[in-house]
Amino acid sequence: MSFTLFIVQTLNGLQLGVLLFLIAAGLTLVFGVMDFINLAHGVQYMLGAYLAVMFYALTGSFVLALILALAAALAFGLLLEFTIFRQLYDRDHLEQVIATFGIIIFLNQGVKVVWGAAPLNLPIPEALAGTVQIMPGLVYPVWRLVIIASGLIVALMLYFLVARTRVGMLVRAGATHARIVSALGVDIRRLFMIVFGFGTMLAAFAGVMIAPILSVEPGMGDSVLILAFVVIVIGGIGSMRGAFMAALLIGLVDTLGRSFMIDILRLVMPPSPARTVGPALASMLIYVLMALVLYFRPSGLFPAKGRS
Amino acid sequence: MINKLLMSVAVAAIMVASGAQGPAFAQEKLKIGVVTTLSGPAAVLGQQLRNGLQLAIKENGGKLGGREVELIVQDDELKPDVAVSKAKALVDRDKVDFVVGPIFSNILVAIMKPVTESGTILISPNAGTSNFAGKDCNPNFFVTSYQNDQNHEVMGKYAQDAGIKKPFIMAPNYPAGKDSLAGFKRFYKGELADEVYVPLNQLDYSAELSKIAASGADAVFVFLPGGMGVNFVKQFRQAGLADKVKFLSAFTVDESTLPAQKEAALGFFGGANWAPDLNTPQNKKFVAAYEKEYGGAIPASYAFQSYDAGLLIDGALKATGGKTDNKDALRAAMKKAPFTSLRGNFKFGNNNYPIQDFYQVKVVQVGDKFATSIDKKVFTDYQDPHAKDCAMK
Repeated sequence: MSFTLFIVQTLNGLQLGVLLFLIAAGLTLVFGVMDFINLAHGVQYMLGAYLAVMFYALTGSFVLALILALAAALAFGLLLEFTIFRQLYDRDHLEQVIATFGIIIFLNQGVKVVWGAAPLNLPIPEALAGTVQIMPGLVYPVWRLVIIASGLIVALMLYFLVARTRVGMLVRAGATHARIVSALGVDIRRLFMIVFGFGTMLAAFAGVMIAPILSVEPGMGDSVLILAFVVIVIGGIGSMRGAFMAALLIGLVDTLGRSFMIDILRLVMPPSPARTVGPALASMLIYVLMALVLYFRPSGLFPAKGRS
Repeated sequence: MINKLLMSVAVAAIMVASGAQGPAFAQEKLKIGVVTTLSGPAAVLGQQLRNGLQLAIKENGGKLGGREVELIVQDDELKPDVAVSKAKALVDRDKVDFVVGPIFSNILVAIMKPVTESGTILISPNAGTSNFAGKDCNPNFFVTSYQNDQNHEVMGKYAQDAGIKKPFIMAPNYPAGKDSLAGFKRFYKGELADEVYVPLNQLDYSAELSKIAASGADAVFVFLPGGMGVNFVKQFRQAGLADKVKFLSAFTVDESTLPAQKEAALGFFGGANWAPDLNTPQNKKFVAAYEKEYGGAIPASYAFQSYDAGLLIDGALKATGGKTDNKDALRAAMKKAPFTSLRGNFKFGNNNYPIQDFYQVKVVQVGDKFATSIDKKVFTDYQDPHAKDCAMK
């Protein structure tokens, strides 16, 4: 295992991490702040990708497609909030899970009806296609660097929004003491609606950014959703900082595990069983990590203040 | 036109003749159950299967072997338990004469017993596992595609003959993935850069691509069906490997994935028993009719193989005079493969799997669409290696 390979794999891990953060950030806002389990969050990610493909076909410009897709995803998220989710906030978690699971099935079929079952493709913007040499012997796709950069920018932006602005303050207060905030004359429902819309837009943004790398297909949000839940559980429910740290941790553990597990096992066992055990162990790694974290810190690595 | 007329006269004659004989089989519709995957990311493969069979029936005037066809299509959701209950319903409740399907091998293994033990004939237009080709071969089971190992063997043979020095081989970590790499290695005897298994339905291949680049491989061989292949091919191209490393594959670049892969897959190789440009007059007609019928989509092997399944049913029923109640006669008729396959050379081996030619195919651009094209014949009249373990004659 060479040093450059290790650096490349670390970059790959970072890229997966920031992508997971983009999805988990919205989920942590909705789940952590509003105490609403929204399984349909992954569907918003899928929708973002599909909308970008559609708007790209219409406009021929990636930037325009991105902007329009975000706007459309926001509008659709608000529509869902207004028509369906609003009725669910006061119900218990099981009913929320069942209702939002229904929405997953409905929308997965829906995109198939609208766009067909065949996987679709969104090209990388011309200027950002190709690879760049970071150091001798290390070339890396430019688009993956763009994903890392955009994820870090969003993380910074969120930090300022939540920690330094009035809306952020209300959101933090509303998360733990909704009634008191409401009694102070803040329209908590409207606040939640803004939070919700913002959360779905973040998921859609992740979908648009990843669409040039992955195929855009029905059900693409389902596998990511599970990872996003793992992220917010490890990070501590409701904690934005926790979601960020946990997303990067999971991205790195998963990628480095997949790359080097066989080599590590070879140190302690013969090559042939290492080859068999390695991949199996690597794909379990993040769940093992989650079990360990929950055992030692049941409320996650960075539990949100005021929650227990 | 004349043919059609003659055909209908013949059918009418059979109907009259048989009406006098007792069981009113000819008035009754021929029931065909279809088990295929119509939801989830793999739905596009299942649709091709359904479309191919529907087209065969439509071009035959809604009939097969002279009998009106009633098609009952079931979605297996790529879940073996769902597939079993739907296959049972087709056999027990709907009393179908044939079951055609599925796409995936794990579904085939699940529905094999419930369908064949009821005496119903199962025709697989895609999945062809090694156990049913060998010691578990079954007289009620026919395959119009291939034995699963064969497409991988084609690429192994090609790599060996083309003087590839250090291929990096990769497949999902499940039984078909292991069979794939074993099939490749059956004919490729040289050194390997590495042999890697990834979780089934992995989306991002950044870690593996970095390994390929670092390994100094001169070729990759991958088996990554459906969306996995779309993702890998795009990322392989984005990582700048396409110009340095030869791309060999099975079930990774075909007409079901190319609409999403587009330019990224240009020049990549696959192993196959067919391509849309295979030069038989029947095949040209089929490809044109499929494109016209299904919104300009180029058919993939899944569609062609189930079209052939339709032709097989048609041919066998013509030989039995439309009857399906004498199973021995029906099986004997089917065994002779009484139809002209779109691929040309085709006959059944002792295990009811095809003996056929295999090709190396290459991705080309046709107008604004992408398709595979025959590059080179690799095997002629090739029978799978498991047939010798099958006790059937």
